[in-house]
Amino acid sequence: MQKSLHIDPGKCTGCLQCEMACSYEHTGTFNPSRSYIKVFTFHHEGRFAPYTCTQCDEAWCMRACPVDAISVDMATGAKVVSDDKCVGCKVCTIACPFGTINYSQATGKVVKCDLCGGDPQCAAACPTSAITYVDADWTGYDRMMASAAKSLPSAEATA
Amino acid sequence: MSWTRNVLRVDLSKGSCTSEPLNMEWAKLYLGQRGLASKYLSEEVDPKCDPLGPENKFIMTTGPLTGTMASTSGRYSCVTKGPLTGAIACSNSGGYFGAELKNAGWDMIIFEGKSDKPVYLLLQDDKAELRDATHLWGKTAWETDDIIHATHQEPQMRIATIGRTAENGCLYAAVINDKHRAAGRSGVGTVMASKNLKAVAVRGTQGIGNVEDANAFMQATNDGKAVLAENAVTGQGLPAFGTQVLMNVINGIGGLPARNMRDVGFEGAEHISAEAMAEPRASDGKPNLTTNAACFGCTIACGRISTVDPTHFSVKDKPQYQGASGGLEYEAAWALGADTGVDDLDALTYVNFLCNEDGMDPITYGATVAAAMEMFEDGNITTEHTGGIELTFGNAEAFVAITEQFCQGGTFAEDLGLGSKRLTEKYGRPELSMTVKGQEFPAYDPRGIQGIGLNYATSNRGACHLRGYTIASEVLGIPVKTELNDTDGKPELVKAFQDATALVDSSGLCIFTTFAWGMDNIAPQIDAACEGDWSVENCLEVGERVWNMERLFNEAAGFTADDDKLPKRLLEEAIKDGPTKGQVNRLGEMLPKYYEVRGWTADGKIPEETRKRLSL
Repeated sequence: MQKSLHIDPGKCTGCLQCEMACSYEHTGTFNPSRSYIKVFTFHHEGRFAPYTCTQCDEAWCMRACPVDAISVDMATGAKVVSDDKCVGCKVCTIACPFGTINYSQATGKVVKCDLCGGDPQCAAACPTSAITYVDADWTGYDRMMASAAKSLPSAEATA
Repeated sequence: MSWTRNVLRVDLSKGSCTSEPLNMEWAKLYLGQRGLASKYLSEEVDPKCDPLGPENKFIMTTGPLTGTMASTSGRYSCVTKGPLTGAIACSNSGGYFGAELKNAGWDMIIFEGKSDKPVYLLLQDDKAELRDATHLWGKTAWETDDIIHATHQEPQMRIATIGRTAENGCLYAAVINDKHRAAGRSGVGTVMASKNLKAVAVRGTQGIGNVEDANAFMQATNDGKAVLAENAVTGQGLPAFGTQVLMNVINGIGGLPARNMRDVGFEGAEHISAEAMAEPRASDGKPNLTTNAACFGCTIACGRISTVDPTHFSVKDKPQYQGASGGLEYEAAWALGADTGVDDLDALTYVNFLCNEDGMDPITYGATVAAAMEMFEDGNITTEHTGGIELTFGNAEAFVAITEQFCQGGTFAEDLGLGSKRLTEKYGRPELSMTVKGQEFPAYDPRGIQGIGLNYATSNRGACHLRGYTIASEVLGIPVKTELNDTDGKPELVKAFQDATALVDSSGLCIFTTFAWGMDNIAPQIDAACEGDWSVENCLEVGERVWNMERLFNEAAGFTADDDKLPKRLLEEAIKDGPTKGQVNRLGEMLPKYYEVRGWTADGKIPEETRKRLSL
């Protein structure tokens, strides 16, 4: 079964535990500037939005890479950057429509979410379940359920 | 470890920035943040100095846990000699600034001297430089934040700044970081202004990776987070209602002061409560509360983000105030609301925005306006002073108008900027100042709740609930319930809360965790992060040491037992009605015993024996 990160921005409080967990997993330090997941604050709207790679099946970054540095982790479906192969050309950052693969001055390579090998630490650290790791076939169904509930106000849907 | 072991010293007179190693001998005795920076201040500053003179220093400081994955790890403090009180000041703030400072590689910044022109500190990791801020002088905190971000094109930069009120000499100006978090009390922002230091802008990318025992730390912090999540206050009450959950509770038990503490009990409390903030309004169907929000690392998320009704008189035709921003917390809602008699939620939210935008402590500001209102009603202050504003209790329009006038500056703004002690002296009514050591009370009446009165009277930074929050015990039963009107046991209770708070404030964590955490939850997190012995016993001793050190600073500054007192109103004017009717604060029954349990002399001095025990 493939799983996906699922993000519900409405539940995010902006605490950045996800950014610390991500950086701790990948660099051994609590360092939001090195996190592969980012929480954006829209102050005047009172909104927070965590955002990271959605692991496209037909990944633009992977197709654009001239040195085949990005490959699929067959266990998780994550698109993973090989530091040995990456030359830091940044073409993938242009190709990605979502901006979720990024160049790191600290390493001279691009960095992106690798799903922590199947145990994403951002989801584990999120105190409000704004970030969850769910069955990939279930993506979007919670919103469908919410819409369904609205269309039938008295119903208490279970699925 | 967890300390970065780096101190940045900024000499504003010379314009120099130099790095020096953290004094680790002191770190073992005072931990960090409040304790450690107060130690530096005590060693480097003459307690008798003019708080607004160049010989005072201004310290921004993190704790060893700041910036780590421990819950609520976003705290930093501003430590200095306070201009409102003349006592040692330590104001604590959340948001994101503190963690950014730590990520840039610094435990603290010590500002000394005075710049001959306005400057701001630009700090990018280990690169520190003072930049000209002439173009920022006269700007609000919000404008300053926007301009610095735009200048450096760095959206991730975190900024702490003063607004216009600090520049205008208001003695209780705050340091505002991340636009709506404040190191609010005692006038720490005024000290920044006195040094011509407008702002500190930080970008930190170094990370915090030197925790002493990483596995034990992750275990201890995960255990701590689970306790916070399962606790009714930190897991449910605070995220849903914020500290404002207290408004109806404190009013209900007869502990909510109103109208400059002339009354206890506020008939408009429910209109300005957490429940009211969640109620959809008629104009656009939206509630005042837009969302809750967390500071850096916080898994509680008690912060309020609010939106004023766009049709409300205060923001109509002012689109810049129609968006979401920092909403009312309980203390601000009380001081701006119940204490002024104003029960218009939108007006209070707007005034709260202005407190954030122009950087003033909403507790002292609200309480000072309340004192002015009482003097206006008594005829000591007239419309000639106020520029035509009818400054009566409960008048929302007047309150909004006087606040706008205050932010812009002017003659009466200068009067209000004095704080209630100097203001009431100036107008010949000193008995109407509701202060200890010159600082205004927060939202719990010491006549209705005895222990908090003793805490106010003995607080080292002047009246403040955040020095020993006995309300937890006396009202909420945490960790054990004590009776509101009992004085027995309160001296011991106050000492225990004061010492534990001093430790938490020295760690980088938030005091709100202590609704759920005891020292046996906190000490293991510090112990795993830091080298040395951080057992529960040692942590409590560090807290007691910090408290006594602050007291010694104040003693050297000229404070005596005579300053450990409450205004006459709270000792002699009994509560007129409600569940606490007839009560006054019985400080005289508690204070001698308090001195005794602290190991002090009968006149409140710290004897040699107690100093020795605490390595002072």
